[in-house]
Amino acid sequence: MSFYETYSKYKNIPDICKSASAKDVEKTLSVRDLGIEHLAVLLSPAAGAYLEEMALRAHETTLRYFGRTIQLYTPLYISNYCENRCVYCGFSAKNKIVRKKLSLEEVESEARFISKTGLKHILVLTGESKIASPISYIKECVGVLKKYFSSISVEIYALNESEYRELVSAGVDGLTIYQETYNEEVYSTMHPAGPKRDYAFRLDAPDRGARSGMRNVNIGALLGLNDWRAEAFCLGLHAKYLQDNFPDVDIGASFPRLRPHAGAFTPACVVDDKSLVQIIMALRLFLPRLGISVSTRESPEFRDNLISLGVTRMSAGSSTYVGGHTTNIGTGDDKPQFEISDKRNVAEMMSVLERRGYQPVLKDWLNI
Amino acid sequence: MEDILTIGGREIKNRLFIGTGKFSSYETMKRSLEESDVDIVTVALRRVDIESKTENVLNYIPKKCILVPNTSGARDADEAVRIARLAKAAGCGNWVKVEIIRDNKYLLPDNLETVKATEVLAKEGFIVLPYMCPDLSMARRLVDVGASAVMPLGAPIGSNRGIKTKELVEILISEIKIPVIVDAGLGAPSSACECMEMGCAAVLVNTAIAVAEDPAAMAKAFADAVSAGRLAHLAGMPHSTVGAKPSSPLTGFLRDV
Repeated sequence: MSFYETYSKYKNIPDICKSASAKDVEKTLSVRDLGIEHLAVLLSPAAGAYLEEMALRAHETTLRYFGRTIQLYTPLYISNYCENRCVYCGFSAKNKIVRKKLSLEEVESEARFISKTGLKHILVLTGESKIASPISYIKECVGVLKKYFSSISVEIYALNESEYRELVSAGVDGLTIYQETYNEEVYSTMHPAGPKRDYAFRLDAPDRGARSGMRNVNIGALLGLNDWRAEAFCLGLHAKYLQDNFPDVDIGASFPRLRPHAGAFTPACVVDDKSLVQIIMALRLFLPRLGISVSTRESPEFRDNLISLGVTRMSAGSSTYVGGHTTNIGTGDDKPQFEISDKRNVAEMMSVLERRGYQPVLKDWLNI
Repeated sequence: MEDILTIGGREIKNRLFIGTGKFSSYETMKRSLEESDVDIVTVALRRVDIESKTENVLNYIPKKCILVPNTSGARDADEAVRIARLAKAAGCGNWVKVEIIRDNKYLLPDNLETVKATEVLAKEGFIVLPYMCPDLSMARRLVDVGASAVMPLGAPIGSNRGIKTKELVEILISEIKIPVIVDAGLGAPSSACECMEMGCAAVLVNTAIAVAEDPAAMAKAFADAVSAGRLAHLAGMPHSTVGAKPSSPLTGFLRDV
């Protein structure tokens, strides 16, 4: 059964997200193993009054399963050529920005630079263009990166299963792919042109990745495109579906909030800090072993406060420019995919974590 | 008489083993290992960065300890064998804790794959300590293929639920002739003590120590509990009595016959 069938069955549950009472929240917080209906309750306005109670449980749950550790990684943009016209994205084909694709030598110098920080986990990103950045090119880049990193994840256009297998054979162990929005109508409006218009193909990409042998699969919803309670609920449903169907794959989730970028898109709804905290804690309580990432889209202060609330992975020393780690960027028409807010480097992030009583984990995988 | 546990030809005085994940820092971990004076330390090879001078966990493990790399991340026997060989090649010795997990939700081990990996590694000369679900048939197979001990779980990893598998572990202790070491799920020193009273050869603890407010003090508490439990076991634990013991024996009349 594909996730679409599960999704269709629960489409209307987000209504419970709105109608739950304080009593429902209290009852939910006393339950040990939470079901999907409990997730809906924890995402409700009523649960907004129980953030401290949720925080205590989220903290304790995360400690038990992940300990006092946070895994660090950094993104590496290798190409920004894109055929899509996603209305919220800086790389949209509509935007007149400098298009760039790193040569293998440039990939190597970025890798060398990043590896000096001690990081062993890297996330490779491209825009969506099978012509400019085909699978063969990504595989070549992975071949270079393998010399420097013990875990390589990709955040690229949706592939079919055999293409994912090719990447796994080349040395990729993680897949990050966000549905952006689970609402089909909103999805259609946000993705007016390009291969990404195909909602169903993207929705099933995590399944294909998991089947292809990826060790971890990270999904996400771009907060700001649609009602956040509905999106967080569907994201939780999706993560649970993946955990149930692929028990040997680590499932993770991200909750990127829209930031200003080259295309100047105004979010349809604003997700404030309190709401984002509620989402993260609701997901943690619902799925105790879910990996939760928070990127440098968020501010340093906010990220620091999230450390003890259920987060397990954080990016550091990030650049969202192609080749942004080693080249002069931000001049002229050179534009990032989105502006980052937390500009701290890896060493700075490590000392923040240490001061807060957490061990920064730079390596948690080995390529066997 | 000194009470010594022998595994793989090595004498082990401290029957508390400690896992090294989940600590807030390597320094905290080191203090916990020192405070509890452990002899056996497990470490996930996936976390080891041999090249790093500051971030290499191995640099924080006391020299007197026997290092037992585990195969965390392995989903089948083949992967576990490859990880064990990598550990040996990296200079981590020839002890290995086989840990094969295909279930990331509960982190329960795959006993069948564990037997396969144990057989290959034991033949290659590794001292193999397999992490397993407590099952007598599988434990016997592990003995047959050359395991040096068996490590049944007390409760799922990180659950802090205590010795929930007590009945099954007691059967292993009674039937298996190699050391039975409870690994995982022990949330309190009292649970570790209980395992030792039952006759376990040792226990392995990580989460309960690593996430305590004062990990070094908790490590010491576990070490003391393990030691007390072992002493109680050696002293001869009275079997639990069901109901009251009448002052005049019910079968006393038989003596008069």
